Amino acid sequence: MISKLLQHMVKHIDAFLMTCLFFTLLVGLFVLYSASGQSFARVYAQGINIIVALSFMWAAANVAPNQLQRIALPLYVLGVLLLITVTLFGSISHGARRWLNLGFTLIQPSEIMRIAMPMMLAWYFSKREGKPMMADFAIGGLLLLVPVALIIKQPDLGTALLIAASGFYVLFLAGLSWKLLLGSTVLFAASTPVLWSMLHDYQRRRIEILLDPTQDPLGAGYHTIQATIALGSGGIAGKGWLKGTQAQLDFLPERTTDFIFAVFGEEFGLLGNLLLLGLFSLIILRGLVIASQAQSTFTRLLAGSITLTFFTYAFVNMGMVSGILPVVGVPLPLISYGGTSMVTLCLSFGILMSIHTHKKLVAT
Amino acid sequence: MRAELKNYQHEQYYFKLRLGVAAFIVLGLFGLLAFRFFYLQIKQYNHYQTLAENNRISLVPIVPNRGLILDKNGVVLAHNFFVYTLEITPSKVADLEATIATISQLVEISALDRKRFNKLHEESHNFESVPIRTHLNEVEAAKFAVNHYRFPGVEIKSRLFRHYPLGKLGAHMVGYIGRINDKDLANLDKEGDLSNYKGSDHIGKSGVEQFYERYLHGTTGFQQVEIDADGRAVRVLSSTAPAPGDNIILSIDSKLQEIAETAFGEHRGALVAINPKTGEVLSYVSQPTFDPNLFVDGIDVENWKSLNDSLDKPLINRPIRGIYPPGSTFKPFVAMAGLENGKRTPPFSIHDTGYFTLPNSVHKYRDWKPGGHGMVDMQRAITISCDTFFYGLALELGIDKLAAFVSHFGFGKKTGIDIQGEIDGLLPTPEWKMRRYKQPWYQGETVIAGIGQGYTLVTPLQLAQATAILANKGVAMKPHLATQIQKAITGESQLIPTVIQDKIDLNPDNLEIVKRGMIDVTLPGGTAASVGANATYAIAAKTGTAQVIGIKQNEKYNANSINERHRDHALFIAYAPADDPKIALAVIVENGQHGGSTAGPIARKVMDYYLLGKLPAAEITPGTLKEVTKALTKPSGNHTEPVPEEELHD
Repeated sequence: MISKLLQHMVKHIDAFLMTCLFFTLLVGLFVLYSASGQSFARVYAQGINIIVALSFMWAAANVAPNQLQRIALPLYVLGVLLLITVTLFGSISHGARRWLNLGFTLIQPSEIMRIAMPMMLAWYFSKREGKPMMADFAIGGLLLLVPVALIIKQPDLGTALLIAASGFYVLFLAGLSWKLLLGSTVLFAASTPVLWSMLHDYQRRRIEILLDPTQDPLGAGYHTIQATIALGSGGIAGKGWLKGTQAQLDFLPERTTDFIFAVFGEEFGLLGNLLLLGLFSLIILRGLVIASQAQSTFTRLLAGSITLTFFTYAFVNMGMVSGILPVVGVPLPLISYGGTSMVTLCLSFGILMSIHTHKKLVAT
Repeated sequence: MRAELKNYQHEQYYFKLRLGVAAFIVLGLFGLLAFRFFYLQIKQYNHYQTLAENNRISLVPIVPNRGLILDKNGVVLAHNFFVYTLEITPSKVADLEATIATISQLVEISALDRKRFNKLHEESHNFESVPIRTHLNEVEAAKFAVNHYRFPGVEIKSRLFRHYPLGKLGAHMVGYIGRINDKDLANLDKEGDLSNYKGSDHIGKSGVEQFYERYLHGTTGFQQVEIDADGRAVRVLSSTAPAPGDNIILSIDSKLQEIAETAFGEHRGALVAINPKTGEVLSYVSQPTFDPNLFVDGIDVENWKSLNDSLDKPLINRPIRGIYPPGSTFKPFVAMAGLENGKRTPPFSIHDTGYFTLPNSVHKYRDWKPGGHGMVDMQRAITISCDTFFYGLALELGIDKLAAFVSHFGFGKKTGIDIQGEIDGLLPTPEWKMRRYKQPWYQGETVIAGIGQGYTLVTPLQLAQATAILANKGVAMKPHLATQIQKAITGESQLIPTVIQDKIDLNPDNLEIVKRGMIDVTLPGGTAASVGANATYAIAAKTGTAQVIGIKQNEKYNANSINERHRDHALFIAYAPADDPKIALAVIVENGQHGGSTAGPIARKVMDYYLLGKLPAAEITPGTLKEVTKALTKPSGNHTEPVPEEELHD
């Protein structure tokens, strides 16, 4: 009886994906304990975040994909409206207008967009099933750019970039022509000076410092320099858990959030890094398998986009910590401390699981 | 339906193709990351490992206690003590003016303190603590400590201060320390000593403090401290204790020094007394003097101006940097030259009519005594300082032989004393004159060189050293102030060896003639008969007068009619006891007019005390010796609440 209930409970949970997530989250908690200066309170709080996030995942996994398809448009519209609202009335923290005060809680509309964007575009292309025209890509591009522009305005370059990526992956998987892809790349390269002039000073500075962190070793370059020192001094096997001098002596900034990977790399070394890369690869691989086996255009595109977006998060964060990408404020998925991004992320994994486990129902 | 299905398969095919491309890119980019990790963590591991260690570990220097400077009896001439200072870290204080105003309600802060604070504040970084008040007494320190919580960013610190308990006494000899400046840093860097001065604020600037800097400073200790990103020390990893600087023990007797300095009264001048057998400097006087304590923490503008602009030039280290024509004190050396070169073998005599003329010339080189001295032999020529005798002798010797011989007595070259900044003086030769003025040497210049006039210039130290060499029968001992270098902890002393610098073989008969002539100087009939009055030991001496401005031919020198600062300098050299010399000295009194009357009595007081322990009772009241007597019984001196010496080494 109980085992039956349990079986019913986990019916829509993908065992392979869940196992990978479990180990990655576990690694995350251990690193967080070290990065927070051995704070149980912080680990406890993150544990709560994970439980909440996994609940959302479970819920999402139990929602059939065709129902998701139905809410795609309303969710997107809601997201855009909230983004407009936050642009007008949002509360400012750290010089950015990202949060919306609903009276009882603060929400970040851009987080909704993370889910809504790929859903919306997947929905749109599922309507144009079979033969998307050039015009469809133009409309898709517009649907993509409006929220992204609003988020850049906040300004939240990291999130904007990732949301743009999630939308772009849908366009790409939907069959955006290579010519257009190439053309837009050239166009992008050509418009770099214009984009450059649109960036905020601090965003430009970040890119400049990325190219040469020594320009400002105590200011903007400090993050990158200290993070690469942490990673490099970790060596092959690392300094050992709780023994990273860079992390434990406060040299690493934001080390429980965006720079947690530096703590991990310092304490667990190259072997640890490769292990983590391996875990991420398994998750991505599983996501791609789910996408390739998905049976509708909507689920295919959505699954593909979710997986590639997850990859993008991981790559951008590790790239930024190891000093090959600019510091853009992207957390390391499943590892960095934080509730909102954890929930969003697990929600997307729930959708992946839903797509995979509801497959046969669609087929018959 | 079929087309639709085909379409569907087609779409799936394209989708999978795209997915494959994406997977390929994912792998490629993760591969790039893996390569980056490999590069950072394997290839560059050593580099980043070092950077991480440098981040983590900070070396905190522990400044060693500076060595003491002591006189031969252990009287402290320079020492250190901790004083409480009240220091502000400007970056931690919101309103500097208001804070200082509030502090001044608790602890007195003078206008001078404010001025110094502002100056130091300008020169230092905002995060460095700057003293607003120094030398807080216990009551003030306690008063502030109670109210400390009200003043974040203000702290009581205890700093090591250098102090010269005897103040002005022997200031030019002991010297002083001062704040390390850019020039000092460059020197330290050149000598590779820079790391030993991390944490040190001060360095020897003059005198013994400067010369023995590398002994006095000690070795800086280090604490390896693990620090966090804010620079706070988390824990001490290891620590190397500093080695305190060595004590320097001088051959000076500070009581003798005080007698000598007091004997100068208001006069300007210099005195150097040397033990002719060892080269130990017994007294080293430069008058007027200054208080070296003013320099320790940066001299203020007013004091500097008054010292630097004074006509008396108190900052000039006269014994080594003051140059004077030797005048008649040069005669004993010219006499030795004549005797040793066989030009004036006894009983050679001249008949002095009051002047000397060169062959085929009418120019008269006058004797100081109008009408002359009559029959004069070598011994008497010294005793009565007969100019005419030496004019002829010098001419007969020739300038080259004269210069070559007297250079054995150290004229025209540095003595090598252990104080920096000594100058050469001048022993002229025809080559020198050609080099310097592009002019030939004239015979008349040889003539006046015989009585120590003309180009010849000596420092008081050179003159004292020449006298010591004469007293020591031609053996030149290198003059030195320090006799021992003492380890601060063990008290173990390393003797500074006496060094024979030069040795000339002098005929004892000739030495005897000069000595007899010099002894007679202080006996009735000699030029300094009053100096030798009632002496219980024989004094060999020579007086001298050096012109400050030239006196024209046929013009008479009239002391009363000329400006005081244009009057002649008085010189006096002596050694005693004449038969077994224990002290040789030279005294110069600027504008003192005649050696026998102003410089001589100073020399007598010094010799009386050194040889007999006799205090010059009449002139020195009990009060004036208070400083030295007090210093003898209580080394820590007279400053505000100094911590006793024993407590400094913890």
